[in-house]
Amino acid sequence: MDLMEYQAKELFARHGVPVTLGRVIEDAADAADAARELGGRVVVKAQVKTGGRGKAGGVKLAATPDEAQAKAAEILGMDIKGHTVQRVLLAPAADIAEEYYFSFLVDRANREYLCIASTEGGVEIEEVAHTNPDAIAKVRIDPATGVDEAKAAEIVTAAGFPAEASAVVQRLWDVFIAEDASLVEVNPLVKLGDGSLEALDGKVTLDDNAAYRHPDHTGFDDKGAADPLEAEAHAKGLNYVKLDGSVGIIGNGAGLVMSTLDVVAYAGSPYGVKPANFLDIGGGASAEVMANGLGIILSDPQVRSVFVNVFGGITACDAVSNGIVQALALLGDHADKPLVVRLDGNNVEEGRKILAKANHPLVTVVDTMDGAAARAAELAA
Amino acid sequence: MAIFLTEKSRVVVQGMTGSEGQKHTSRMLAAGTNVVGGVTPGKGGQSVDFARRSIPVYGSCADAVKAADADVSVVFVPPRFTRGAVIEAVDAGIPLVVVITEGVPVHDTAAFFAHAQANGTRVIGPNCPGIISPGSSNAGIIPADIAGPGRIGLVSKSGTLTYQMMYELRDFGFSTAIGIGGDPIIGTTHIDALRAFQDDPDTDAIVMIGEIGGDAEERAAAFIKENVTKPVVGYVAGFTAPEGKTMGHAGAIVSGSSGTAAAKQEALEAAGVRVGKTPTETADLMRAVLSNQQVAV
Repeated sequence: MDLMEYQAKELFARHGVPVTLGRVIEDAADAADAARELGGRVVVKAQVKTGGRGKAGGVKLAATPDEAQAKAAEILGMDIKGHTVQRVLLAPAADIAEEYYFSFLVDRANREYLCIASTEGGVEIEEVAHTNPDAIAKVRIDPATGVDEAKAAEIVTAAGFPAEASAVVQRLWDVFIAEDASLVEVNPLVKLGDGSLEALDGKVTLDDNAAYRHPDHTGFDDKGAADPLEAEAHAKGLNYVKLDGSVGIIGNGAGLVMSTLDVVAYAGSPYGVKPANFLDIGGGASAEVMANGLGIILSDPQVRSVFVNVFGGITACDAVSNGIVQALALLGDHADKPLVVRLDGNNVEEGRKILAKANHPLVTVVDTMDGAAARAAELAA
Repeated sequence: MAIFLTEKSRVVVQGMTGSEGQKHTSRMLAAGTNVVGGVTPGKGGQSVDFARRSIPVYGSCADAVKAADADVSVVFVPPRFTRGAVIEAVDAGIPLVVVITEGVPVHDTAAFFAHAQANGTRVIGPNCPGIISPGSSNAGIIPADIAGPGRIGLVSKSGTLTYQMMYELRDFGFSTAIGIGGDPIIGTTHIDALRAFQDDPDTDAIVMIGEIGGDAEERAAAFIKENVTKPVVGYVAGFTAPEGKTMGHAGAIVSGSSGTAAAKQEALEAAGVRVGKTPTETADLMRAVLSNQQVAV
């Protein structure tokens, strides 16, 4: 789960990283009072889970409380790379002397951790990597030893940060490990006029697999921002992602479902037909899971046909077929779009027999994945 | 022969007394795997009855190694115990640990992988279907009846695509098939498997399945170009995945231009790998490779 800036800063504060929390508001009418409390001169910052807010006009300086209100009104509701701004953070304008870039992340290639740090902060780090790669320090971190005082000093020296930054580096490491983050990024980490350091921004990605260790993180879940169908699917424990095409997709296993989307897009390209969603029903495709999945997909008004693509590995195809038949019975008249079903693997003959016997008018069984994708695409054309 | 896992492998199952562990131990036994024991802390001295055999339970991996010479562990324990379980297997000197468990926190994986590497233990997974050398041994949850022994090596991030590809090429069979998992940190990579298949005299050709996220496929492509002389056929899933959305696997996230399916396909093709548009087309490419070889012989 990605956190918004104000949420990241809450975590920073818990671990002693110097931050100013500011005020978060959802209604521009509250901006003037908030700005007054914060000293009048503030920065109004869109709270969205995407980068490049500044470039998109989502970060603005306001000299007075009235101006803060006007800027907040401009930014709230703004669309930044497909994210609607529902909250803004008001923070006192800082007296910035220097701007740095800092991050800890999981290094997939080396299967350890990596620290990236640069004295060229405040701009996109990809940009710096392109124009001035020597200004970026990359320090590998062994998960067995982590970041202690010596490692922090090594990072600070490599980056060219002032020596005092070592303490901040160790506290950011605490955030990374103790909060189970897979990314902690501060851009900019600033040196203020008085020489002290402050994290002026924060980007944190929390590891969903570690959620069980952090019951306090549930409050960060931004339910309002999700697509309503995604929210409903999530509530039912389904792994569903809404897309913008017209062929509903149900399959088992993330890799096979991703592949199914590709095969449908490929088969549908002559008609401009695309997949409507990603839905992985996982290993045990019970009738209930199948019904929930079909229910979600059929309530997407863009869907014109549905492709059920299951490879019976652990799951037996007869169980899947029973699931489909029972799901259609449960859904009744709500099931009103053609279903193309492709089954292979464990107990496939039995599975196909069950579907043949049920002889449901909406269901077509096609033997191959490519053939079934073509049929589903045709039906949606 | 095969890679990493052979008929000589002596397998213990950590978490064998749990429901998943028990179910899959039974399937592994049916596939001919030499399961020599289970490990569950506090249950040492008990045993679990399967169709034809009773399998002893040890209280620790160290006991299983001492009493039964175990040299492979398959881990089915819940996520919160996985880190401890793998470290225990490493400390007992088990050279291959296959971690099936899904949902392991990445910091836990980083920790047990670092420990395994420091001690010379190979880890496969986590969040993977495991490894099968058909006809010899099966360590994990890959259904053994999809395909029999043969001379194709298969390495894949995805479980169901592993099954799909084995099914497509069941008439040829496999020396070994490995599902390496799609988590951000995994113990055995495409490159590790490619290197082993290249060196395996019983593997003639390799299928490599990747998916969006990270740059493992690009690095594998560079490795193939330099080091692999056997024919490699590839497939990449995730061309239609939108940017910034997670499609199930923690690893399958596209954020930015690198890591896209198109970039991976391009890198693989530049390394001489034929890449199929669909799993079926990929299987057909492999079929063509193998029939050419047979003609050449």
